[in-house]
Amino acid sequence: MSDVAEPVEEPTPEGVPELFGVPMTESRGQCVLHPDRDGYHALVSTLRDEGYLMCVDVTAVDYLGSGERSLPGDVLAERFEVVAQFLDHQQRRRLRVRVQVPAEEASVESITDLYPGAEALEREAYDMFGITFGDHPDLTRILMPEDWIGFPLRKDYDVGRIPVQFKGAAS
Amino acid sequence: MTLAHEAVSSETIETPAEVAARLNASGATLRLSEAEAVTYDEGRDVDDERMIINMGPQHPSTHGVLRLMMELRGETVERTKPVIGYLHTGMEKTAEGLTYLQGPTNVTRMDYAAPLFSELAFSLAVEELLDVEIPERATWIRMLMTELNRMSSHLLFLATNGMDLGAVGMMLYGWKEREEVLRFFEKVTGLRMNHNYIRPGGVAADLPDGWEDGLVAFLDQLPKRLEEFDTLMTGQPIWRDRTQGIGVITTEEAVALGATGPILRSTGFGWDLRRDEPYLAYDEVEFDVIVGTYGDTFDRYAIRLNEIRESMRIVRQCIEKMPPGDYRVQDSKVTPPPRGRIDESMEALIHHFKIFTEGYKVPEGEVYAKVESPRGELGCYIVSDGGPSPLRMHIRGPSFVNLQTLPHLMKGGLIADAVAVVSSVDPIMGEVDR
Repeated sequence: MSDVAEPVEEPTPEGVPELFGVPMTESRGQCVLHPDRDGYHALVSTLRDEGYLMCVDVTAVDYLGSGERSLPGDVLAERFEVVAQFLDHQQRRRLRVRVQVPAEEASVESITDLYPGAEALEREAYDMFGITFGDHPDLTRILMPEDWIGFPLRKDYDVGRIPVQFKGAAS
Repeated sequence: MTLAHEAVSSETIETPAEVAARLNASGATLRLSEAEAVTYDEGRDVDDERMIINMGPQHPSTHGVLRLMMELRGETVERTKPVIGYLHTGMEKTAEGLTYLQGPTNVTRMDYAAPLFSELAFSLAVEELLDVEIPERATWIRMLMTELNRMSSHLLFLATNGMDLGAVGMMLYGWKEREEVLRFFEKVTGLRMNHNYIRPGGVAADLPDGWEDGLVAFLDQLPKRLEEFDTLMTGQPIWRDRTQGIGVITTEEAVALGATGPILRSTGFGWDLRRDEPYLAYDEVEFDVIVGTYGDTFDRYAIRLNEIRESMRIVRQCIEKMPPGDYRVQDSKVTPPPRGRIDESMEALIHHFKIFTEGYKVPEGEVYAKVESPRGELGCYIVSDGGPSPLRMHIRGPSFVNLQTLPHLMKGGLIADAVAVVSSVDPIMGEVDR
């Protein structure tokens, strides 16, 4: 490499905007962050210190069978995505965090230690998608019965049906 | 009686981390499975006055099918576990099989006391994805209808809250006034509940001729009724004794627990999406955000009572400013053509057929829309893969999240106050369980 004062081409992917050191995109005017699984808890911790005092929502999405989706930089699409929304009341700003979670190891760290209000929401995501949240104080089913088998909101879980019964019809 | 503000003001200001740590360590939430609850007494000294008691799921004051598993020590509530899911019907799964046009019929059944808000949140999200601008009249009709719905929902709260605390007369008065609102809804939407009125692209039908008349008469007589409610409850010593200083929560706790709506505002924190993140045309109407001071059961009651008055102000402004024009967007890809056109135009017939069989396709993307429902922030998160029905539709129900404050509100209180506290959280189980 020569020592001429020429602007050096960044090795990082072509100018992906970042916020708090995490790739950022915009979806319909809403700010979305894409941390990796290991950086999720640290990012959320930063967010709280930055003034995002409320965790509004935690949920998950199952992308099984859906086509390609656009993700910034070198973020690899996985089957599941944990989606959390944060709100900063003082500055009236919101952030959404999307974490890619692979099917073979469906787990992320819990953020209940930072936001106690995420407890029920994470339990719901576990109940519906089978995604485990490490260090969650009480990761049990919340909407389905305790002994339920399967995770209803997964795409490979059938809706199920009840046969229509007619009065007086021969069985 | 200790007043709530004494307890609140004596605390020093904590950092969010300290609040979270304190709430997590408070042990207010009972974490016990059914099997563990059965063997609770085994190998334990049963003379320590501790017991597990179940309230619900069919207790009249649980507003449906909320079940509370409470650990008592004598008459004091130590730990509580809200057991939910009795009304779970997999509505988020159902939504994945319905087109965007059918979507509101599904979400409207979630919060059955305030159905128009779920329809609104869903429609706003879909419109954001479609990138359609709805006509001005549709915006104002939506505001008029949701504010009336806020009134009917709060009137229902006043009725049930009164009943829960033994003011049975209040139940009848609350239901009676709510009936007036529902009658108006029936006139406009055809249904008293589960309207499917607010749809992506506007509203289902225009307001009927002479819609203002009955409404103005109702708005004229309601203030007198509200004053009667004041006499009946607000100023009444028994009512105050049963609600003041009961179930106290601070702003920091409410924020950390994700509480929104009257629970958050009762702590003195004025946060209302209508004012702070305006949607529809809320930046064009005048109203006040009602806040409490002590974060107790009485404040939550008083906030809802006064929010009815504020909603009346908004409704009056909606009647005054209701613009003429179309009530839904005239984009035949999104809205079905008028019935009359179908007989004349081949294209209209095709559009009609396509919309009702296949549905319209929504561009790929994800969006979160939020509205201020009577219970707090109602959010709708939709992920579209470009098809005619959502890949994922999630409703962030305010009742569901607010329920987490319940163990903290009840801790250390008397079992007799549990009913008052549950009632003041005002959970609608259809929305909690979805």
